[in-house]
Amino acid sequence: MNKNHRAPSSHSLGTVEVKSKFGAEFRRFSLDRSKPGRFDEFYGLLQHVHRIPNVELLVAYADVHGDLLPINNDDNYCKAISTASPLLRLFLQRKEEADYTMFGTDSMTRKKNTVLSAVLLRPDTNKKKPPVIISLPKDFRPVSSIIDVDILPETHRRVRLYKHGQEKPLGFYIRDGSSVRVTPQGLEKVPGIFISRLVPGGLAESTGLLAVNDEVLEVNGIEVAGKSLDQVTDMMIANSHNLIITVKPANQRNNVVRGGGGVGGGTTSGSSGRSSDSGASFYGYSSHGASASAASHIIQNFPVGELDSDEEEEDLVIEAGGEAEAIGHAPSSYSIASVPRYEPHLNLRTNPSSTYSIHTNGTLPGSSGSLNNTNADSATPSPDRAKERRSLEEEGTVITL
Amino acid sequence: MLLCFLLSLQTVEHGFPHQPSALGYSPSLQLLAIGTRSGAIKLYGTPGVEFMGLHDENAAVTQVHFMPHQADMVTLLDDNSLHMWTLRRHKGLSELLEIGRFMLMGPPGAPPSVTRVTAVLPHSSGELLLLGTEGGHVFVVEVPGFRELEERNISLDQVSNSVPVDYIGRRNLEHVEALQENPTNPSQVVIGYGRGLMVIWDLENQCAIQHIPATQQLESMWWTEDGSYILSSHSDGSYCRWRVGGQEETEEEEEKEKSDIPYGHFPCKAITKIVQLPTEEGPPFLLFSGGMPRASYGDRHCITVIHSKTHVALDFTSRIIDFFVIRDGLEQTGDPSVLLVLVEEELVVIDLQTEGWPVIQTPYLVPLHSSAITCSQHVSAIPLKLWERIIAVGELQKTHYSKKPWPITGGQNLGPDPPQRDLLLTGHEDGTVRFWDASGVCLYPLYKLSTAAVFHTDADPNDNLNQSAEGEWPPFRKVGCFDPYSDDPRLGIQKIHLCKYSGYLTVAGTAGQILVLELNDEAAEQTVEAKVVDLLQGQEGFRWKGHTQLDVREEPVLFPPGFQPFTLVQCQPPAVVTALNLHSEWKLVAFGTSHGFGLYDYQQKNNVLIKCTLNPSDQLALEGPLSRVKSIKKSLRQSFRRIRRSRVSLRKHHLQEANARLEAELAEMELAPVQRKIEARSSDDSFTGLVRTLYFADTFLSDSSHNTPSLWAGTNGGCVFAYMLRVPAVEHRADEPVTAQPAKEIQLMHRAPVVGVVVLDGHGAPLPEPLEVAHDLARSPDMQGSHHLVVISEEQFKVFTLPKVSSKMKLKLTAVDGSRVRRVGVAWFGSNCKEDYSESGLIFLTNQGDVHVVSLPHVKMQVQYPCIRREDVSGIASCVFTKHGQGFYLISPSEFERFSLSTRFVVEPRCLVEVPLHLDSSNPHRAEPGGATSAHRCVMEHALLNDESEYSKAERNETQI
Repeated sequence: MNKNHRAPSSHSLGTVEVKSKFGAEFRRFSLDRSKPGRFDEFYGLLQHVHRIPNVELLVAYADVHGDLLPINNDDNYCKAISTASPLLRLFLQRKEEADYTMFGTDSMTRKKNTVLSAVLLRPDTNKKKPPVIISLPKDFRPVSSIIDVDILPETHRRVRLYKHGQEKPLGFYIRDGSSVRVTPQGLEKVPGIFISRLVPGGLAESTGLLAVNDEVLEVNGIEVAGKSLDQVTDMMIANSHNLIITVKPANQRNNVVRGGGGVGGGTTSGSSGRSSDSGASFYGYSSHGASASAASHIIQNFPVGELDSDEEEEDLVIEAGGEAEAIGHAPSSYSIASVPRYEPHLNLRTNPSSTYSIHTNGTLPGSSGSLNNTNADSATPSPDRAKERRSLEEEGTVITL
Repeated sequence: MLLCFLLSLQTVEHGFPHQPSALGYSPSLQLLAIGTRSGAIKLYGTPGVEFMGLHDENAAVTQVHFMPHQADMVTLLDDNSLHMWTLRRHKGLSELLEIGRFMLMGPPGAPPSVTRVTAVLPHSSGELLLLGTEGGHVFVVEVPGFRELEERNISLDQVSNSVPVDYIGRRNLEHVEALQENPTNPSQVVIGYGRGLMVIWDLENQCAIQHIPATQQLESMWWTEDGSYILSSHSDGSYCRWRVGGQEETEEEEEKEKSDIPYGHFPCKAITKIVQLPTEEGPPFLLFSGGMPRASYGDRHCITVIHSKTHVALDFTSRIIDFFVIRDGLEQTGDPSVLLVLVEEELVVIDLQTEGWPVIQTPYLVPLHSSAITCSQHVSAIPLKLWERIIAVGELQKTHYSKKPWPITGGQNLGPDPPQRDLLLTGHEDGTVRFWDASGVCLYPLYKLSTAAVFHTDADPNDNLNQSAEGEWPPFRKVGCFDPYSDDPRLGIQKIHLCKYSGYLTVAGTAGQILVLELNDEAAEQTVEAKVVDLLQGQEGFRWKGHTQLDVREEPVLFPPGFQPFTLVQCQPPAVVTALNLHSEWKLVAFGTSHGFGLYDYQQKNNVLIKCTLNPSDQLALEGPLSRVKSIKKSLRQSFRRIRRSRVSLRKHHLQEANARLEAELAEMELAPVQRKIEARSSDDSFTGLVRTLYFADTFLSDSSHNTPSLWAGTNGGCVFAYMLRVPAVEHRADEPVTAQPAKEIQLMHRAPVVGVVVLDGHGAPLPEPLEVAHDLARSPDMQGSHHLVVISEEQFKVFTLPKVSSKMKLKLTAVDGSRVRRVGVAWFGSNCKEDYSESGLIFLTNQGDVHVVSLPHVKMQVQYPCIRREDVSGIASCVFTKHGQGFYLISPSEFERFSLSTRFVVEPRCLVEVPLHLDSSNPHRAEPGGATSAHRCVMEHALLNDESEYSKAERNETQI
């Protein structure tokens, strides 16, 4: 923010110079810093000044650090305008030719002028030090995530594994075991379910979030206490397309420590000595009251509608002589269930303007939903593609023969 | 929903108790009691009169004795505890209650053998119990309070002091083997010691009256009715008759004469029990068990009955537990009329008054497992016509039974008449199907169908009959129907479907055979046409390593009246038939195996459709049941799991050891961790092509204006196939072909096995059965509103719209609580208050043993009851549901437990047993109702007081539990 303060002070007029480059052509114009307008207006302006009214564009700018960052919604547009000092350098690309690998740290300083050529020539010029390549989140499919960090005790970890019908096996085994709990009567040995083995190359192993001897406490929000190994196995397999398991890691040194700021995901784990087994385990086990409050969190975080709707992977129906089609939902009955989409929990902490941006994203089909996350926290790329696909299907594009 | 909370789900047990261990009989109550090794005690009277009790100790019942002329009963368990039970009247019905327990306490420091009870004699006064022990003492206990009367005990010292010096040098007399009361003098009892010595003891004067110096190990004793003789049986297969009283010296030669080893010359096995009963005119009946020549017939289970010139050795198929004889007359003092034998696997009742001593058909306690049960089907509300025909053909099979009425007639059955006629069909390993009357408390056998005659089997049908040759010694006669040995396991019945309206029956078996049978009241000789169906449809890479298909008899076979097969389909490969359905209106049979399914037109006798569901990568299904590698691994794992579970369940009974148990269990787990792989199901899993369910429906498959017949098949891999059928109109049915064309295929993404498919009509009610509407027994389905498809997988219930299949509602089961659907059925729940109102629902059983009800059409969970222990895998697998919210499952190989979720249909015993006032000769005017004297009243009050104290005792017992 300091830089923001500095910028207007040096340019009393309050205008921002814009230098926009599309291919080999430059355009220069200026904008009112105090009234930047909205992104779609800006986007139209760019098309206008470059005289490319029907070309889909990818807009990027160089920020004060020389990083190439995208502009695709009101938020990052405002940010770009407010931080421009004094010149706002824009780089336009045709969407179909877009090269997302150019975004990222130091992308501008690697080569002075033409980022694009630098990227294109990279194999030759940067042999010694391959650059860190950061893609757009939408190019990734989420594989796993730690969720509900804010409501779980620090000694617990809730891990979500996304199976998505891929070939990679989930790849872990569970076993019976015993764990020690703190009760009002003192320490008590109780049976529990533990991860016994990780299959090399499996999803569970590749995430690094689960380990052998982690105790399984919940499966998709349901406590496993009192359930047999076979029951828990069946529960996990039944939820395998979208498995959320809450574990108490055997290794308690890598726990997420909740900072005061509330943005938990990014905090590192170095000072883990502080993550205090004693206090936190007491939270989880001590009394019925504690477990009851945990249960209420579960309800809050897994509304029934969400559990129901986030799963599918629909059943396939093949009609006589036809091709396989995913089964759509009968619109009447699912009208309510389909509305609450899965929103990543981290979104709960983003500022109000980002929720506003969700609406405006509608004008940018294809990149919707994913980019607003870059503002919040790119560690958890979220709403998955399957969801988008389904929302389309719900609009009635399913054709059955 | 029309359900209420039930206190007890289980209502009654049908069949024969598993592992019986003791038998008792009360001549005055006319009740029979059977104790089992698991500590259960069951009482039976006239059909419908049944009581059941369970000892808290999980110990075997070793002896059951009724107190003479009372409604009390004493049981001895093998943990040496004695229990007093009584039949108490409560709200107009009798209940069996445990009212007291007792453990014999010896003097301090005495070894446990001193008080280990080996013989029990309820004294005819009804007030005393004589307990003979391993230490050789006889303890006298006052009942019902179990008060020890120490001064009346007969100690070993008292007896041995009086033993004549010449009796084998006063060696140890050993334990008390038997106790008998003198039938003519209640103050005299005879004590039989293991060594062989018998002592007649006077209870009043506390002294020995007579010594009977037998020298062989004693097995049993019997005091003849006139009181003049005592019979003793011995371990060397001999029995002796001893004269009581009189001058011992002069009778000695006579005694010698009376000793006999009936199957002698070569060493014989012990005679374990001997009974002699007089007849009014003519010679007495002599009955004894055992005594067979050890080398040649030592493995037979025999009871010998000798009467005059008739001598028969009844040869049973399982071990003899005990036997008794029922005698004529009100007071049971007349001629012997019926011999009742409890063997390990059945109850055999023999009519001793009819020529040839035929067997009497038992109305209950029928061995369901005479051949192991492999499957069952329940058919509700059988039309009277079919019912009568089945009974008629069944009667023809029962001609060899005695016509004598059932001899055990105690108690009154107060239960209402069953509201409808229900049939339970059980399929057996030997290829038979048995038809049972399941309408009421007694599961009564109606008819038995054998399918073996259609095939060539190794067994010659003639060699099983009585092969007793003339002049054979001992004169054996086979009795009983328990025969666990199957000639050919391929004959085993796996699926049954009976259409109650048309009388068509289809059964399918282990070797892929499907028979369609028709009820015929006449015997008929016919050839059964076989049609081989290749379910593989050219699938490559196949090697069936399982059993071969059955050979069909090509010549005509004479079928007795009853269900006669007229067509046969044989699947190729001959794998077990896993799904079967019959549509009698369209005359079609659908069948499925692990390789695919087919549709057969049994009118035109040709095949309409064959569909292979096999996944080419599914090696296990390809190779058949004999594939080794995986199955051994699997079975090992399963058996280990079973061992562990049984250990766990055994320990359950000791609450006080809970902590220690937990420790041990955890230690055990740590030693041998059982692992489970967590992996999403894929299409490559084994047996995904196995057909789990087949269903016929007349519904909207292609468009919403025309309903057509359809066939639905669900597989283990979560796939549902739908075929549109074209069934010609009735007048062209015989000549125009039936066709089937694929219409839809639904792949459930969760890939769980599909265990049921149901189509709901416009009102959301399940479609009626074929011919149900034609017989005016069901409302015709609503074809105006849109139909819905309910697919029940092991994990979820899903409702889809029709004809365009789109998901409408679902209910997840496994994802939420980890249980899986094992059995499912459609049930109608009638209202308790309104006669004509009922609702339909799905009733299902999970692998956790819980019964749930799910409403239709909204698939909402309604109720859940724990029903079967989750460890009881065979019980869960055997469960069948009725159409009215009841169900059956096997609690042992030989017993069905019945349960009910419906308030309207509950079948349970409701009966009353009244204790007949004991007629002393001094009290002849019992019949006068108003003539109660003050003394009588006093007795009554006393009884009431007693009742109260006993009642509080019973309550205390309960709270202790």
